[in-house]
Amino acid sequence: MREMIKMIVVLTVLSSFSGGLLAAVRNKTIDRIEVQQLTFVKGPAIQAILEGASNDPIVDRFKLEYEGGEASFFVGVFNGEPAKIAFESAGKGFGGEIGLMVGVDIKADKIIGVGVTTHSETPGVGSKAQTDPSFTKQFQDMDLMSTFQVKTDGGQIDIITGATITSRGVAIGVTQAGALYKSLKPQIEAKLKEFK
Amino acid sequence: MAKSIAQEFTKGLWEEIPPFRLVLGLCPVLAVTKTVENGIGMGLATTFVLVCSNILVSSLRKVIPGKVRIACFIIIIATFVTVVELVMQAFTYPLFLKLGIFIPLIVVNCVVLGRSEAFAFKNGVVRSLADGLGIGIGFTLALAALGAVRELFGNGTLTIWETPIQIFGPAFQPFTFMVEAPGAFICLGLMLCLMNLVSSK
Repeated sequence: MREMIKMIVVLTVLSSFSGGLLAAVRNKTIDRIEVQQLTFVKGPAIQAILEGASNDPIVDRFKLEYEGGEASFFVGVFNGEPAKIAFESAGKGFGGEIGLMVGVDIKADKIIGVGVTTHSETPGVGSKAQTDPSFTKQFQDMDLMSTFQVKTDGGQIDIITGATITSRGVAIGVTQAGALYKSLKPQIEAKLKEFK
Repeated sequence: MAKSIAQEFTKGLWEEIPPFRLVLGLCPVLAVTKTVENGIGMGLATTFVLVCSNILVSSLRKVIPGKVRIACFIIIIATFVTVVELVMQAFTYPLFLKLGIFIPLIVVNCVVLGRSEAFAFKNGVVRSLADGLGIGIGFTLALAALGAVRELFGNGTLTIWETPIQIFGPAFQPFTFMVEAPGAFICLGLMLCLMNLVSSK
Protein backbone atom coordinates (compact mmCIF):
# COMPACT_ATOMS: atom_id res chain seq x y z
CA MET A 1 0.00 0.00 0.00
CA ARG A 2 2.79 2.41 0.90
CA GLU A 3 4.51 1.65 -2.37
CA MET A 4 1.30 2.30 -4.24
CA ILE A 5 0.91 5.72 -2.67
CA LYS A 6 4.54 6.53 -3.39
CA MET A 7 4.09 5.64 -7.06
CA ILE A 8 1.04 7.84 -7.37
CA VAL A 9 2.70 10.75 -5.59
CA VAL A 10 5.88 10.55 -7.66
CA LEU A 11 4.01 10.35 -10.96
CA THR A 12 1.68 13.19 -10.00
CA VAL A 13 4.46 15.48 -8.86
CA LEU A 14 6.54 14.72 -11.92
CA SER A 15 3.61 15.31 -14.29
CA SER A 16 2.61 18.58 -12.68
CA PHE A 17 6.21 19.77 -12.72
CA SER A 18 6.57 19.01 -16.43
CA GLY A 19 3.20 20.58 -17.14
CA GLY A 20 4.31 23.76 -15.42
CA LEU A 21 7.64 23.82 -17.24
CA LEU A 22 5.97 23.34 -20.61
CA ALA A 23 3.43 26.07 -19.92
CA ALA A 24 6.26 28.45 -19.05
CA VAL A 25 8.24 27.60 -22.20
CA ARG A 26 5.15 27.91 -24.35
CA ASN A 27 4.35 31.29 -22.87
CA LYS A 28 7.83 32.53 -23.59
CA THR A 29 7.95 31.27 -27.18
CA ILE A 30 4.39 31.73 -28.43
CA ASP A 31 4.90 35.19 -29.93
CA ARG A 32 8.12 34.27 -31.65
CA ILE A 33 6.60 31.12 -33.07
CA GLU A 34 3.73 33.13 -34.52
CA VAL A 35 6.16 35.50 -36.22
CA GLN A 36 8.20 32.58 -37.56
CA GLN A 37 5.14 30.87 -38.95
CA LEU A 38 4.03 34.08 -40.59
CA THR A 39 7.45 34.56 -42.17
CA PHE A 40 8.02 31.05 -43.43
CA VAL A 41 4.60 29.54 -44.06
CA LYS A 42 2.30 32.40 -44.90
CA GLY A 43 5.02 34.91 -45.77
CA PRO A 44 5.66 33.78 -49.35
CA ALA A 45 1.94 33.88 -50.18
CA ILE A 46 1.52 37.31 -48.59
CA GLN A 47 4.56 38.69 -50.40
CA ALA A 48 3.32 37.32 -53.72
CA ILE A 49 -0.15 38.82 -53.30
CA LEU A 50 0.97 42.22 -52.01
CA GLU A 51 3.94 42.45 -54.37
CA GLY A 52 5.31 45.95 -54.70
CA ALA A 53 4.02 47.18 -51.35
CA SER A 54 6.29 49.81 -49.81
CA ASN A 55 5.90 48.41 -46.28
CA ASP A 56 6.32 45.00 -44.69
CA PRO A 57 2.81 43.51 -44.57
CA ILE A 58 3.85 40.95 -41.94
CA VAL A 59 4.82 43.71 -39.52
CA ASP A 60 1.81 45.89 -40.34
CA ARG A 61 -0.87 43.40 -39.43
CA PHE A 62 -3.91 43.72 -37.22
CA LYS A 63 -6.41 41.32 -35.77
CA LEU A 64 -10.18 41.53 -35.78
CA GLU A 65 -12.64 39.39 -33.93
CA TYR A 66 -15.74 38.05 -35.53
CA GLU A 67 -18.41 35.64 -34.51
CA GLY A 68 -16.65 32.35 -33.96
CA GLY A 69 -13.05 33.40 -34.34
CA GLU A 70 -10.32 35.86 -34.97
CA ALA A 71 -8.63 36.82 -38.23
CA SER A 72 -5.34 38.50 -39.05
CA PHE A 73 -5.22 41.13 -41.78
CA PHE A 74 -2.01 42.09 -43.55
CA VAL A 75 -1.82 45.62 -44.88
CA GLY A 76 -0.05 46.54 -48.10
CA VAL A 77 0.82 50.21 -48.65
CA PHE A 78 0.74 51.31 -52.28
CA ASN A 79 1.52 54.89 -53.30
CA GLY A 80 1.50 55.93 -49.67
CA GLU A 81 -1.95 54.52 -48.96
CA PRO A 82 -2.95 51.27 -47.25
CA ALA A 83 -4.96 50.27 -50.30
CA LYS A 84 -4.73 46.49 -50.29
CA ILE A 85 -5.05 43.85 -47.60
CA ALA A 86 -4.50 40.13 -47.46
CA PHE A 87 -6.15 37.77 -45.02
CA GLU A 88 -6.61 34.10 -44.41
CA SER A 89 -9.40 31.76 -45.26
CA ALA A 90 -9.82 28.02 -45.62
CA GLY A 91 -11.86 25.49 -47.55
CA LYS A 92 -12.29 21.78 -47.22
CA GLY A 93 -10.28 19.87 -49.81
CA PHE A 94 -9.65 16.24 -50.63
CA GLY A 95 -7.12 15.54 -47.89
CA GLY A 96 -8.25 18.04 -45.27
CA GLU A 97 -8.29 21.76 -44.91
CA ILE A 98 -6.76 23.99 -47.57
CA GLY A 99 -5.37 27.20 -46.09
CA LEU A 100 -5.76 30.22 -48.34
CA MET A 101 -4.44 33.74 -48.41
CA VAL A 102 -6.79 36.13 -50.18
CA GLY A 103 -5.78 39.61 -51.21
CA VAL A 104 -8.28 42.36 -51.90
CA ASP A 105 -8.28 45.94 -53.15
CA ILE A 106 -10.29 47.84 -50.53
CA LYS A 107 -11.70 50.51 -52.85
CA ALA A 108 -12.95 48.24 -55.61
CA ASP A 109 -13.60 45.11 -53.50
CA LYS A 110 -11.74 43.23 -56.21
CA ILE A 111 -9.54 40.22 -55.61
CA ILE A 112 -5.89 40.98 -56.28
CA GLY A 113 -4.64 37.49 -55.69
CA VAL A 114 -5.25 34.10 -54.07
CA GLY A 115 -2.52 31.84 -52.74
CA VAL A 116 -2.56 28.42 -51.07
CA THR A 117 -0.56 28.40 -47.82
CA THR A 118 -1.11 24.97 -46.32
CA HIS A 119 -2.73 21.85 -47.72
CA SER A 120 -2.61 18.08 -47.62
CA GLU A 121 -3.84 17.40 -51.15
CA THR A 122 -2.52 14.63 -53.41
CA PRO A 123 1.01 15.53 -54.56
CA GLY A 124 1.12 16.26 -58.26
CA VAL A 125 -2.66 16.45 -58.61
CA GLY A 126 -4.44 18.56 -55.99
CA SER A 127 -1.16 20.12 -54.92
CA LYS A 128 -1.19 22.05 -58.21
CA ALA A 129 -3.55 24.47 -56.50
CA GLN A 130 -0.42 25.69 -54.70
CA THR A 131 2.23 25.24 -57.38
CA ASP A 132 0.40 26.07 -60.60
CA PRO A 133 -0.41 29.79 -60.61
CA SER A 134 -2.78 29.53 -63.58
CA PHE A 135 -5.48 28.09 -61.31
CA THR A 136 -5.47 30.76 -58.62
CA LYS A 137 -4.95 33.48 -61.23
CA GLN A 138 -8.53 32.95 -62.37
CA PHE A 139 -9.78 34.69 -59.24
CA GLN A 140 -7.85 37.85 -60.01
CA ASP A 141 -9.93 40.98 -60.65
CA MET A 142 -13.17 39.20 -59.73
CA ASP A 143 -15.56 40.78 -57.25
CA LEU A 144 -14.81 39.31 -53.83
CA MET A 145 -18.41 39.70 -52.71
CA SER A 146 -19.69 37.23 -55.31
CA THR A 147 -20.12 33.48 -54.95
CA PHE A 148 -17.46 31.28 -56.49
CA GLN A 149 -18.19 27.88 -57.93
CA VAL A 150 -16.30 25.52 -60.18
CA LYS A 151 -17.60 25.02 -63.72
CA THR A 152 -18.70 21.46 -62.94
CA ASP A 153 -21.14 22.97 -60.44
CA GLY A 154 -22.26 25.61 -62.93
CA GLY A 155 -19.87 28.31 -61.75
CA GLN A 156 -17.10 30.37 -63.30
CA ILE A 157 -13.88 28.66 -62.15
CA ASP A 158 -12.03 26.15 -64.33
CA ILE A 159 -11.03 23.08 -62.31
CA ILE A 160 -7.56 21.57 -62.05
CA THR A 161 -7.65 18.37 -64.10
CA GLY A 162 -8.34 15.42 -61.80
CA ALA A 163 -8.77 17.57 -58.73
CA THR A 164 -12.40 18.64 -58.68
CA ILE A 165 -12.67 18.42 -54.90
CA THR A 166 -9.53 20.49 -54.35
CA SER A 167 -10.72 23.12 -56.84
CA ARG A 168 -14.13 23.19 -55.17
CA GLY A 169 -12.46 23.58 -51.76
CA VAL A 170 -10.52 26.61 -52.96
CA ALA A 171 -13.67 28.15 -54.49
CA ILE A 172 -15.56 27.65 -51.24
CA GLY A 173 -12.66 29.11 -49.28
CA VAL A 174 -12.62 32.23 -51.43
CA THR A 175 -16.40 32.59 -51.14
CA GLN A 176 -16.08 32.38 -47.35
CA ALA A 177 -13.33 34.96 -47.46
CA GLY A 178 -15.76 37.22 -49.29
CA ALA A 179 -18.43 36.71 -46.64
CA LEU A 180 -15.94 37.47 -43.87
CA TYR A 181 -14.71 40.55 -45.69
CA LYS A 182 -18.27 41.77 -46.19
CA SER A 183 -19.16 41.41 -42.53
CA LEU A 184 -15.94 43.01 -41.27
CA LYS A 185 -15.54 45.75 -43.85
CA PRO A 186 -16.55 48.65 -41.55
CA GLN A 187 -14.03 47.52 -38.92
CA ILE A 188 -11.33 46.99 -41.54
CA GLU A 189 -11.83 50.50 -42.88
CA ALA A 190 -11.75 51.93 -39.38
CA LYS A 191 -8.47 50.12 -38.67
CA LEU A 192 -6.95 51.33 -41.91
CA LYS A 193 -7.83 54.92 -41.04
CA GLU A 194 -5.96 54.57 -37.76
CA PHE A 195 -3.10 53.16 -39.76
CA LYS A 196 -2.53 56.44 -41.54
CA MET B 1 34.80 -1.88 -14.24
CA ALA B 2 34.87 1.55 -12.66
CA LYS B 3 35.52 4.05 -15.40
CA SER B 4 36.69 7.61 -14.92
CA ILE B 5 34.30 10.39 -15.82
CA ALA B 6 36.40 11.20 -18.88
CA GLN B 7 36.02 7.60 -20.03
CA GLU B 8 32.26 7.77 -19.58
CA PHE B 9 32.31 10.74 -21.91
CA THR B 10 34.62 9.38 -24.58
CA LYS B 11 33.01 5.96 -24.81
CA GLY B 12 30.06 7.56 -26.59
CA LEU B 13 32.33 8.92 -29.28
CA TRP B 14 33.71 5.60 -30.50
CA GLU B 15 33.24 2.50 -28.36
CA GLU B 16 29.50 2.92 -27.94
CA ILE B 17 28.69 5.45 -30.67
CA PRO B 18 24.91 4.96 -30.86
CA PRO B 19 23.88 4.26 -34.47
CA PHE B 20 26.99 2.26 -35.35
CA ARG B 21 27.86 0.37 -32.20
CA LEU B 22 24.66 0.18 -30.22
CA VAL B 23 22.67 0.19 -33.48
CA LEU B 24 19.92 2.10 -31.69
CA GLY B 25 17.74 5.00 -32.77
CA LEU B 26 17.98 4.11 -36.42
CA CYS B 27 14.67 5.69 -37.45
CA PRO B 28 15.88 9.32 -37.36
CA VAL B 29 19.35 8.25 -38.47
CA LEU B 30 18.01 6.88 -41.72
CA ALA B 31 15.25 9.38 -42.28
CA VAL B 32 16.73 12.82 -41.67
CA THR B 33 20.31 12.48 -42.88
CA LYS B 34 19.63 13.84 -46.34
CA THR B 35 21.87 16.81 -45.63
CA VAL B 36 24.60 17.55 -43.10
CA GLU B 37 22.54 20.37 -41.65
CA ASN B 38 19.57 18.11 -40.93
CA GLY B 39 21.88 15.55 -39.34
CA ILE B 40 23.54 18.10 -37.06
CA GLY B 41 20.21 19.70 -36.11
CA MET B 42 18.65 16.36 -35.25
CA GLY B 43 21.80 15.33 -33.36
CA LEU B 44 21.89 18.49 -31.28
CA ALA B 45 18.20 18.24 -30.42
CA THR B 46 18.72 14.65 -29.30
CA THR B 47 21.83 15.61 -27.33
CA PHE B 48 19.92 18.26 -25.41
CA VAL B 49 17.16 15.80 -24.55
CA LEU B 50 19.68 13.11 -23.60
CA VAL B 51 21.70 15.35 -21.29
CA CYS B 52 18.67 16.86 -19.56
CA SER B 53 16.83 13.57 -19.13
CA ASN B 54 19.99 11.81 -17.92
CA ILE B 55 20.60 14.49 -15.28
CA LEU B 56 17.02 14.48 -14.07
CA VAL B 57 16.66 10.70 -14.07
CA SER B 58 19.89 10.17 -12.14
CA SER B 59 19.11 12.85 -9.59
CA LEU B 60 15.64 11.39 -9.04
CA ARG B 61 16.75 7.75 -9.14
CA LYS B 62 16.35 7.27 -5.39
CA VAL B 63 12.84 8.75 -5.41
CA ILE B 64 11.40 7.01 -8.46
CA PRO B 65 9.85 3.64 -7.54
CA GLY B 66 11.21 0.82 -9.69
CA LYS B 67 7.80 -0.34 -10.86
CA VAL B 68 6.87 2.94 -12.54
CA ARG B 69 10.34 3.97 -13.67
CA ILE B 70 9.60 3.66 -17.39
CA ALA B 71 6.55 5.89 -17.05
CA CYS B 72 8.63 8.45 -15.19
CA PHE B 73 11.36 8.32 -17.84
CA ILE B 74 8.81 8.91 -20.57
CA ILE B 75 7.33 11.92 -18.75
CA ILE B 76 10.79 13.42 -18.31
CA ILE B 77 11.87 12.72 -21.88
CA ALA B 78 8.59 13.92 -23.40
CA THR B 79 8.84 17.16 -21.47
CA PHE B 80 12.30 17.96 -22.77
CA VAL B 81 11.36 16.95 -26.31
CA THR B 82 8.45 19.37 -26.25
CA VAL B 83 10.77 22.09 -24.94
CA VAL B 84 13.14 21.43 -27.87
CA GLU B 85 10.24 21.44 -30.29
CA LEU B 86 8.96 24.81 -29.08
CA VAL B 87 12.43 26.37 -29.02
CA MET B 88 13.18 25.11 -32.52
CA GLN B 89 9.91 26.51 -33.79
CA ALA B 90 10.73 29.86 -32.25
CA PHE B 91 14.32 30.16 -33.41
CA THR B 92 15.11 27.79 -36.29
CA TYR B 93 11.79 27.44 -38.05
CA PRO B 94 13.11 26.33 -41.48
CA LEU B 95 15.07 23.51 -39.86
CA PHE B 96 12.01 22.56 -37.84
CA LEU B 97 10.01 22.33 -41.06
CA LYS B 98 12.61 20.01 -42.59
CA LEU B 99 12.92 17.71 -39.57
CA GLY B 100 9.16 17.76 -39.12
CA ILE B 101 7.70 14.75 -37.36
CA PHE B 102 11.11 13.43 -36.32
CA ILE B 103 11.49 16.01 -33.56
CA PRO B 104 8.46 14.81 -31.53
CA LEU B 105 9.57 11.27 -32.32
CA ILE B 106 12.72 11.75 -30.22
CA VAL B 107 10.41 10.70 -27.37
CA VAL B 108 10.46 7.14 -28.62
CA ASN B 109 14.12 7.14 -29.63
CA CYS B 110 15.64 4.08 -28.00
CA VAL B 111 18.95 5.86 -27.45
CA VAL B 112 17.36 8.31 -25.00
CA LEU B 113 15.22 5.78 -23.14
CA GLY B 114 18.07 3.28 -23.26
CA ARG B 115 20.51 5.65 -21.56
CA SER B 116 17.97 6.46 -18.84
CA GLU B 117 17.28 2.82 -18.16
CA ALA B 118 20.76 1.36 -18.60
CA PHE B 119 22.87 4.17 -17.23
CA ALA B 120 21.31 7.17 -15.52
CA PHE B 121 19.05 5.11 -13.25
CA LYS B 122 22.10 3.36 -11.81
CA ASN B 123 24.74 6.09 -11.74
CA GLY B 124 25.37 9.50 -10.19
CA VAL B 125 24.54 12.86 -11.68
CA VAL B 126 28.03 13.81 -12.90
CA ARG B 127 28.61 10.44 -14.54
CA SER B 128 25.19 10.58 -16.16
CA LEU B 129 25.91 14.04 -17.47
CA ALA B 130 29.18 12.84 -18.98
CA ASP B 131 27.47 9.80 -20.44
CA GLY B 132 24.61 11.82 -21.94
CA LEU B 133 26.96 14.38 -23.42
CA GLY B 134 29.26 11.72 -24.88
CA ILE B 135 26.48 9.63 -26.39
CA GLY B 136 24.75 12.76 -27.67
CA ILE B 137 27.83 14.14 -29.36
CA GLY B 138 28.58 10.70 -30.77
CA PHE B 139 25.05 10.57 -32.16
CA THR B 140 25.46 14.03 -33.67
CA LEU B 141 28.79 13.13 -35.28
CA ALA B 142 27.36 9.92 -36.69
CA LEU B 143 24.38 11.72 -38.16
CA ALA B 144 26.57 14.47 -39.58
CA ALA B 145 28.94 11.94 -41.14
CA LEU B 146 26.10 9.97 -42.68
CA GLY B 147 24.46 13.19 -43.86
CA ALA B 148 27.73 14.41 -45.36
CA VAL B 149 28.31 11.22 -47.35
CA ARG B 150 24.74 11.06 -48.59
CA GLU B 151 24.49 14.71 -49.50
CA LEU B 152 27.91 14.80 -51.13
CA PHE B 153 27.20 11.92 -53.48
CA GLY B 154 23.47 12.38 -53.81
CA ASN B 155 23.49 16.10 -54.47
CA GLY B 156 27.08 17.20 -54.88
CA THR B 157 26.74 19.74 -52.06
CA LEU B 158 27.34 20.16 -48.34
CA THR B 159 24.88 22.24 -46.33
CA ILE B 160 26.27 23.56 -43.07
CA TRP B 161 24.13 26.60 -42.38
CA GLU B 162 21.18 27.07 -44.74
CA THR B 163 23.23 27.68 -47.92
CA PRO B 164 24.47 24.58 -49.76
CA ILE B 165 28.14 24.66 -50.74
CA GLN B 166 28.93 23.17 -54.13
CA ILE B 167 31.76 20.69 -53.74
CA PHE B 168 31.92 19.20 -57.20
CA GLY B 169 31.69 21.34 -60.31
CA PRO B 170 28.51 21.87 -62.30
CA ALA B 171 29.43 18.89 -64.50
CA PHE B 172 28.73 16.53 -61.56
CA GLN B 173 25.88 14.11 -62.16
CA PRO B 174 24.16 13.62 -58.78
CA PHE B 175 23.81 10.03 -57.64
CA THR B 176 20.28 10.64 -56.38
CA PHE B 177 19.93 7.10 -55.09
CA MET B 178 21.98 8.18 -52.07
CA VAL B 179 19.45 10.71 -50.79
CA GLU B 180 16.57 8.26 -51.10
CA ALA B 181 15.64 5.72 -48.43
CA PRO B 182 17.50 2.68 -49.82
CA GLY B 183 20.65 4.80 -50.10
CA ALA B 184 20.40 5.48 -46.37
CA PHE B 185 20.44 1.77 -45.54
CA ILE B 186 23.33 1.01 -47.87
CA CYS B 187 25.32 3.99 -46.64
CA LEU B 188 24.76 2.98 -43.01
CA GLY B 189 25.81 -0.57 -43.82
CA LEU B 190 29.00 0.56 -45.52
CA MET B 191 29.89 2.83 -42.60
CA LEU B 192 29.29 0.00 -40.10
CA CYS B 193 31.52 -2.19 -42.21
CA LEU B 194 34.23 0.45 -42.32
CA MET B 195 34.11 0.95 -38.55
CA ASN B 196 34.38 -2.79 -37.94
CA LEU B 197 37.32 -3.02 -40.32
CA VAL B 198 39.17 -0.21 -38.57
CA SER B 199 38.56 -1.47 -35.05
CA SER B 200 39.28 -5.15 -35.78
CA LYS B 201 42.93 -4.40 -36.52
